[in-house]
Order: sequence, then C-alpha cells, then structure tokens
Amino acid sequence: MTTAETYVTAAYCTVFAVVLVYVVIIALKLTRLEREVDEIEERVEAEPAAEREPAHVG
Amino acid sequence: MTLERAQWRTVGRSYRIPLPALAAAALGLVTLALGLVFFVVPNDANQGFSQRIFYFHVSIAFTAYACFALGAWKALVHLWKRDPRADLESYVAVHQGLIFGSLVLITGSIWAKISWGHWWIWSEDELVLFLVLYLFYAAYFMLRFSVDPGPQRANLSAVYALFGVVLIPVSFLAIRIASGFIHPEVFTRHGPNFGGWILAGYCVSQVAMLVLAYTLYRVELSGKRLDERLRGLREALA
Repeated sequence: MTTAETYVTAAYCTVFAVVLVYVVIIALKLTRLEREVDEIEERVEAEPAAEREPAHVG
Repeated sequence: MTLERAQWRTVGRSYRIPLPALAAAALGLVTLALGLVFFVVPNDANQGFSQRIFYFHVSIAFTAYACFALGAWKALVHLWKRDPRADLESYVAVHQGLIFGSLVLITGSIWAKISWGHWWIWSEDELVLFLVLYLFYAAYFMLRFSVDPGPQRANLSAVYALFGVVLIPVSFLAIRIASGFIHPEVFTRHGPNFGGWILAGYCVSQVAMLVLAYTLYRVELSGKRLDERLRGLREALA
C-alpha cells in the first residue's frame, strides 16, 4: 500500500468511524428513552385508575 | 408543569419521506459513492490517488455549509413566527453542521499532509476561516447551554445562529483568494473544474452526503422530541 493509499483509506475510515460513533450515541439515547417509557408505564399501571385525573378530549 | 414550560414543549412535524426510506437511501447512495470513488473514477493527472479524498471532503464541506444555513433559516423562522419547533430544528441543524465540520477539518488535514507535507498551516486563510466558522458554531452550544430552557434561550440561540451564516460565503470565497499553497478549486466561475466520471463521482458523493446529513438530522430531531415529550409526561405525573 502506498502512502497516498494509506492516507485516503484513513480519511474514509475516519468518516465511517464518526458516523458509527454518532449511531452508537443515538442508540444509547434510545435505550435511555425506552427505559424512561418503561418507568412511566410502571407508574401508570401501579396507580389505581380512580386516582387518575380524567383525560380531557377535544 | 408551568404554563411557560408547557408552551415551549415542541410537538412533532409530519414529513413526506419516512425515516426508514431516508436511511435506506442514504445507505444506498453512500455505498454507490464509495464504489464509484474506489473502483470507477480514474486517478487525477496532477494529484494521483490522494485526490480521491476530495469526493468526500468537498461533499462534506458543502453539507456542513448547508447544515449551518438550515440552522440559520430555522432560526429566522423562529424569530419571525415564534415557532418553538423551529428553535429545536435550528439547534439540531447546527449540531449536524458541527459534526460535518469536524469531518471537513479531519479529512482536509489528511489531504494537506499528503500534498503539502503539513497537517495544518496557520498562514492559509481558507483553513483558518473554516476553523473560525467551526469555532463560532461550537460556541453556539456554550451560549445555548448557559441559559435556562425557555423563550430567552431560544431567542439568543436564534440570533447567534443567524449571525454565523455570514461566515459561510467568507469561508467559501477564501479558497478562491488563497495565495500561498494551492488549495484546489473544485468550482470555478465557468462551472465544475472536472468532467466525466470524476464529475459523476463527485455528484453522487454530494447527494449521498446531503441525504446522510438529512437522515441524521431527522433521527436526532426525533430523539430530542421524544425526550421532551417524556419529560413533559414525567412532570405531569409527578
């Protein structure tokens, strides 16, 4: 592999790596959001239906 | 939840193109661009193999400018119509611009090392002006997160994002007035400085980067909106 080929490969790998890191960060965030939704669901299920405020529709 | 905070909670916007379709298009276009760059386009007569960095470097640079311009446009919409959705959209666009701006600096430095023998040259206007643009938008986040969420933060961020757009033409024109080392001019007054497969490779790479940036923008925006809605639910349940 020539020097130019090494540098070009490094440049494209950097682009790929940055996009991959971004996807990992978004995946971690989605995991956190999923956990928060689970917590809210548990709280809603644990709360007796009578104690809940009626929902206003319209 | 207080009334003020409730007013500043954003609701989703419906888009014509669904996110999975966008992601698939981005993947397909990036694969096609890589295929063209590495297997189809010929070596440049002057720069040889190292010129292949430019297909992504230039595309990423224009994408970063587009993201900053979108951020400024959304900031203007926010200031004009007081639409809280536009504030979040402006923030996400600037964030995307900064990510793509980082890639411009990294890929540009790699190319400079091959062609000029240096990673960075402080006397080169085009490099320093892009760095100024990059640091200006990096400071946007310092400003944004130093103010509590609400109308004041949204207004300050919008004004700042709007001012930054002035630096885009300055950074772009700096390549034309560069005098020391020669930064290749991809576009001249008479159009693109190349043709054939090189032009095709560049065009596909440019579209691929724009679609990729728009996909990441939509993904981040969805995450941020979900986050806000969940916070609102939490506060309502507390």
